Parts: sequence; structure tokens; C-alpha cells
Amino acid sequence: MTDSQRIRLLSTSLIIGFFLMWEVLCIILNVSDLVLPRPSEILVTMWTRFPVLWPHILQTLYSTLFGFSLGVMIGVTLGVIVGTSKIAYAVAYPLLVGFSSIPKVAVVPIFVLWFGSGTTPAVLTAMVICVFPIVVNIATGLATTEPELEDVLKTLGASKTEILWNVGLPRAMPYFFASLKVAITLSFVGAVLSETVASNMGIGNVMMTASSNFQVSLVFAGLIILALMGVALYAVFSMLERRVTGWATRGNDIAIT
Amino acid sequence: MVFGTGDTAVTALSPTSIRMDRGDFLALVGPSGCGKSTILKLVSNLIQPSSGLVLVGGKEARAKELRIGMAFQNPTMLPWLTIERNIMMPLKIVSPFKQTYRKDKTGAFRDRVHALLKQVGLQGFANHYPWQLSGGMLQRSNLCRALIHEPDLLLLDEPFGALDQFTREELWQIMQDLYLDRKPTVLLVTHDLREAGYLANRICVMSARPGRIISDEPVTIPQPREIGMIYSPEFVEMTQGLRELIAQVRST
Repeated sequence: MTDSQRIRLLSTSLIIGFFLMWEVLCIILNVSDLVLPRPSEILVTMWTRFPVLWPHILQTLYSTLFGFSLGVMIGVTLGVIVGTSKIAYAVAYPLLVGFSSIPKVAVVPIFVLWFGSGTTPAVLTAMVICVFPIVVNIATGLATTEPELEDVLKTLGASKTEILWNVGLPRAMPYFFASLKVAITLSFVGAVLSETVASNMGIGNVMMTASSNFQVSLVFAGLIILALMGVALYAVFSMLERRVTGWATRGNDIAIT
Repeated sequence: MVFGTGDTAVTALSPTSIRMDRGDFLALVGPSGCGKSTILKLVSNLIQPSSGLVLVGGKEARAKELRIGMAFQNPTMLPWLTIERNIMMPLKIVSPFKQTYRKDKTGAFRDRVHALLKQVGLQGFANHYPWQLSGGMLQRSNLCRALIHEPDLLLLDEPFGALDQFTREELWQIMQDLYLDRKPTVLLVTHDLREAGYLANRICVMSARPGRIISDEPVTIPQPREIGMIYSPEFVEMTQGLRELIAQVRST
């Protein structure tokens, strides 16, 4: 058995073990399902209510991915501006840090005030919450590019854009993907947060309604669905990362023929 | 050439004048910190002179007009590209190649890279990544990258400095072949007097900082030169003379 297989096996058994423990402890300690439902109950709820949950899942996924895409576009643009110009870096940084320090819960009511409740504030919250890590990582990747690498192109008479395109951006890719993995999970948090506050669609809203009706196992079903979606999207970006930035980890994914 | 301002200002170069003719292979030697690399950076337009002019073909040096190839001591291959792609980089940037780079479907550029790789003994490594190659192999690729776009002026900043003796001598021979093949104008900065004597047909010695040229002598031994030549009495005498000259300027 190889190391990676062993790790995969251990990680699967940890997950299964976690839920088993939960199940067993609930039975032994006789926990009421109004406080903490057993995983088996949650699974049943998920299964029986799936037709009702499905449109909400799509809604949350849509808000998250839409907001995330906007966030990536804005983040990359800002990151390139801040990372390539020392002046822009110095000028814009305090504002960016200040902006990122604002708890994003606080901006949801503002978005609701401007755009009404529903999809728009969820998309916008997903966006603002993921912009900052992307900006910082792109800017760091660009700003830490070895001057020697740039000199190679400078002596050839390359323009600033050519240097950015051929050295800066590829060099920043590992940073970019590291930030994407953080950003996608943050986007989920943002979208669900906004849905809980002001929406009648989405998993966040389902959980809010369920909890006020004491349908605790439905609340937990929502949590688990969110976790699953988070893991799935994280896995997608991790796979993309290995494809694009294998050179940075000297990964085995780069075929040597 | 003055770096910095006020109290921290360092005069790296005294007013200096070097004239190179087309096809010259000029080696610059001198004590460390004498401004050898500064001259290279001035010529390659990486830095601007604080006073004076760098003229190429009678015109002020602008990297765009002059085709320059440069190899540093550190091979600086881009780690995310294969060796082939790394060597092709100048073709992507420099006129007149960049105009046809994207449209090139025939693989003419690729063939060029492969021919050059073969000449330096790296055939079969085109699709490897830089981290899969040894220091000597990287330095060979570095030479390929400096030469692929047929530069008018080749600038070498101690490109063989970090290699072991055998690899270095092997690369000297490769360098000599490449030079005699193409006859670019070469400006080589080095600490190694034998390297200078073996490769160059003109050697300039610089004084300690702030540097200036104190000796400018041709190397009369005909090219191509055998590597064993560096142990001949004639050659040893020449390098010995240079060595004493540098020892002198270091102590004053």
C-alpha cells in the first residue's frame, strides 16, 4: 500500500468514525433529537426531503459560484494593480486591510437595503468575502517575483505587459490557487449568511426556517449538505491547482516522457 | 556611474571608455566590486548611467533596437516552463521573431531550439523541467537561451562561475564553438583569468572601485584553441602577467 492510499484510507475512516461516535454517544447518553439528532436520522431526513431541498441547493450553489466568479475577477484585477506598482501597493493597502477587517455580516443588511432581499445580496456577500484573500495572494505573488527572472526579459527589451504575462502571472499562480481554495469556502459562508438573513430561497433560508419550526434534523441536514458542497468545490480547485502549478510542488502530475 | 544619493552614494565606475568592434570577444577582469557587472548592466539597459552615454552602432543604447543575449551566473530558467519553452522565450519577445511566433505552425522555431540543444549536448532534454537538470545542464540551456535569437551582442556575467572544473572547461569549449560559429560581439565578465585567456581575443583589466580600465591587451593565440593550451608556457605567462596586475591594483 502506498503512502497516499494509506492517507486516503485513514482519512475515510476518520470521517466514518466521527459519525459512528456521534451516533453511539447519542444512543448511550439518550440525547433528545430536538437537541442533537443522530446521523442516521439526519440521513433519513436528507433522503426523504431531497426533492424539496434540491432547488435550494441549486440556489445556494448558484449564488456562491456567481459571487465567487465576480470576486475572482475583481480580486485578480486589484491584485495585479496592487502587485505590479509599488505606489499602488503603498496607497491602497490601508484601505484594503480596513475593508477586509469589516465583519461581512455587517454588510448584508446594507446590501438588503440597497437591493432588497433575495439572490442579489447573497451573490454580493459571496463576492466581497472572497475578494481580499485573492487580492493579497496575487499581489504577494507578483511582488515577490525574483528580479533576476524579470531581468532575463528586460534585457530582451520586453515591455511591462510582456513581463507581467510571461513571468509575473505564472509566478503568482501557486499563490492564486492557494487563495482560490480559501476563497471558495469563504464564498459559501457569505452566500449562506446572506440567505439566513434575507432570502426565501437557499440552504441558509431552509436552515433558518427549520430551526424556528424545531425541525432540528433538517437543520443538520442543511449543514451536512453545505459541508459536502464545500468539500466538492475545494476538491475541484485542488485538482486544478495540481494541474496548473505542478512545477511549484514538483508534482508527479507532470508527465515526464 | 554613481549609485545612491548623499552619504550612501557609491561611485562604482570612474569615467570609463571601452570601444568594442563587431565580432570582438572581450573579457573584463578585475578585483571584485570594481564595477564589471555594472558595465554589463549599463550596456544591457538594465540601469541608466548617472552620466555619460552607452553607444551602440553610433546610437544611444536602447534594448529595443539592439538584439542582446544575456547569461548570468545564475541560470534563471523559468521553473514553470520546460527547457524548450524557456529557450524559446526570446523568440516570443524579440523582433523580428515575435511577429511570427504565434503563427509558426511548421515548428521551425522548435527545430532551431533542438539544433542548438544538440550543439551543447542536451539533446533529449527539451521536455524536461529546469529542476530535473543539473547545474551544468542548466547553464548550457542558459547559453542556448542567450543565443537562440541570434543576438548582435552577447553579454556573459560569470556564466561558468558556479560550476566544477571539468564542467567549466567543457563549457568553455562549447562556448568557443558557438562563438566561432556565429561570431557575435561578446562581452564576458569573469574572475577566472584562464577563462578570459582561453575564450577572449581581447582582455581589459579594471582597477579597484571606482573602476576604470588600466590595461587593454589583445590575446594573440589563434582560434580555435585547444583546451590543453591553458597549460602551455605562453598562456601561463600571459595569465601570470594579468594576475600580477590585478594583485597590484587590489593593494593600492
